[in-house]
Amino acid sequence: MATTVGTGTGPVTETRAGQEPRDGRSARHYNWLGGLVGWLWLAVVLVPIYWIIITSFKTQSNYFTMNPLAPATSPTLDNYRLVIASNFTRYFINSVVVTVGAVVPAVLAAFMAAFAIVRAGGTRWFLRSVNSLFLMGLAIPLQATIIPVYLIIIRLHLYDTLLAIILPSIAFAIPLSVLVLSNFIRDVPKELFESMRMDGASEWGTLWHLAFPLTRPAMVTVTIYNGLTIWNGFLLPLVLTQSPDQRTLPLALWTFQGQFSVNVPAIAACVLLTALPILILYAVGRRQLLSGLTAGFGK
Amino acid sequence: VTALAPPVVPGRAAPASSGARSGSVSWMALPALVVFVGFGVIPLIGVLALSFTSWDGLGAIHPSGTQSWRSVLTDPGLPHALWVTFEVMALSWLVQTPISILIGVFLAGHQRYRELLAVLYFVPLLLSSAAIAITYKALLDPNFGLGAGLHIPLLAQDWLGKSHLALGVVIFVVSWQFIPFHSLIYQGGVRQIPRSMYEAAEIDGAGRIRRFFSITLPQLKYTIITSSTLILIGSLTFFDLIFVLTAGGPGDATRVLALDMYKRGFQANLMGPASAIAVILVLVGLGLALLLRRLGGRDQSESQLEGA
Repeated sequence: MATTVGTGTGPVTETRAGQEPRDGRSARHYNWLGGLVGWLWLAVVLVPIYWIIITSFKTQSNYFTMNPLAPATSPTLDNYRLVIASNFTRYFINSVVVTVGAVVPAVLAAFMAAFAIVRAGGTRWFLRSVNSLFLMGLAIPLQATIIPVYLIIIRLHLYDTLLAIILPSIAFAIPLSVLVLSNFIRDVPKELFESMRMDGASEWGTLWHLAFPLTRPAMVTVTIYNGLTIWNGFLLPLVLTQSPDQRTLPLALWTFQGQFSVNVPAIAACVLLTALPILILYAVGRRQLLSGLTAGFGK
Repeated sequence: VTALAPPVVPGRAAPASSGARSGSVSWMALPALVVFVGFGVIPLIGVLALSFTSWDGLGAIHPSGTQSWRSVLTDPGLPHALWVTFEVMALSWLVQTPISILIGVFLAGHQRYRELLAVLYFVPLLLSSAAIAITYKALLDPNFGLGAGLHIPLLAQDWLGKSHLALGVVIFVVSWQFIPFHSLIYQGGVRQIPRSMYEAAEIDGAGRIRRFFSITLPQLKYTIITSSTLILIGSLTFFDLIFVLTAGGPGDATRVLALDMYKRGFQANLMGPASAIAVILVLVGLGLALLLRRLGGRDQSESQLEGA
């Protein structure tokens, strides 16, 4: 984890701490092999993305007759209209509800747990065992628990609701979040906690007034990571919902593909529409992520 | 961010303000613990219990002793699924690791355009496995895909219809999705290597390749372990991608353990045997994690920055 904390006293710029001086060598000796592989792989990454973008603007007959890598001669938005007419908004809202509904509680609960684990410093057997339980959770492929999760959801009468996706998503997000956040809270100088205590602050107050602002960069990272995982999640919606009204975007995309299998341009438009919100957030959030990583607690 | 108010948890009554160092923090772990136990630990125990029952997913659950286990362990499908899982794991490691290290070292340079490259590299990580699988399915279509459209017979094969090709496609798509991520991990790792080491080597007259193998690679040891752990454990969980791309086919050429579990459980309605597969999946994951920890933990006391 590249967490450069404690350096951001100056103006927060885009550059990462310690970035400039380190690596003068690559300017003197160009890394030809790395460069070749790097550019080649960039092409490998970009070709499918380029293809999906141009295809989404083609008509179906256009698609079958044209060079697949040439942009559409007469671009059309019909594919997008078709996707949006296929109840896209509903699936979009479902995905937003599931993602926000799972990420916010997961990150807050993980933050509180991480705080408790770090503050106890291994002195309490209860928190020590909670910590090892979460660590064990990291090693287990949680998909393996899907059958009992399905059973529990049925017994709770939550089958085919969005809450059915939210609850296991929170549970699956907790182990890694606790690990990342507790590593981060551990870096907070002990003296700060001490002085809070001297000032008569409660642990609850310390949690929100000291640990929360100081760990904000890590919270942003954890939120983005979990948000992405849950937004793109496929297995939980597949197993725990049934009716079209409860579909999230990845599942809707899959059923759409089954329905319009020959209409490749429409499928391309659907792929792009499901990815678009994340791409927009990435354009905005990446900056935040980077400055979040450099912004420390100068003083 | 909404609703910052804490959930009301019984046991909060302990005086929070007193000087008792940590006496009052334990309850803060409860919300996370409750959810994780409810939807993580209990299902984990439950999956073991369910493997000794028979259940069709709808009706009543009946205990059935070791019947599920006997049927799973004698089924030739199990060694096959284990083998395919292993193949995916080993091949995706072999493909991803060298390429990621090369790209990571390259990206560690600080030229502006490499920053831009990093931005573009990240894009596959943002897409859902379902979206990626659907894109590749259309792209690789033997009649209407890229190869056919460009009239390159070599590219116009029935990629997903032939067993040996389908597995290769799965490995390729997995690499497409994850090489960027691992390159970024290596980029971070390379940037932590003290420059003084390279300067010293340069004074000693070590060439570029020599420096790569004597400084960069050994210094990246822990990064390699981290990245490899993520690749190997992660490859146990490639469900979405394979499910949408090949559905385990053709035949059962790409039927990995996770897919085998899903198909037995939710398509054949045999939850007992499916749970037995799930238990095997957990054991494989735990075994792998322990193994990697031993490999990685052996000489943790030795300084990473020796000679810096």
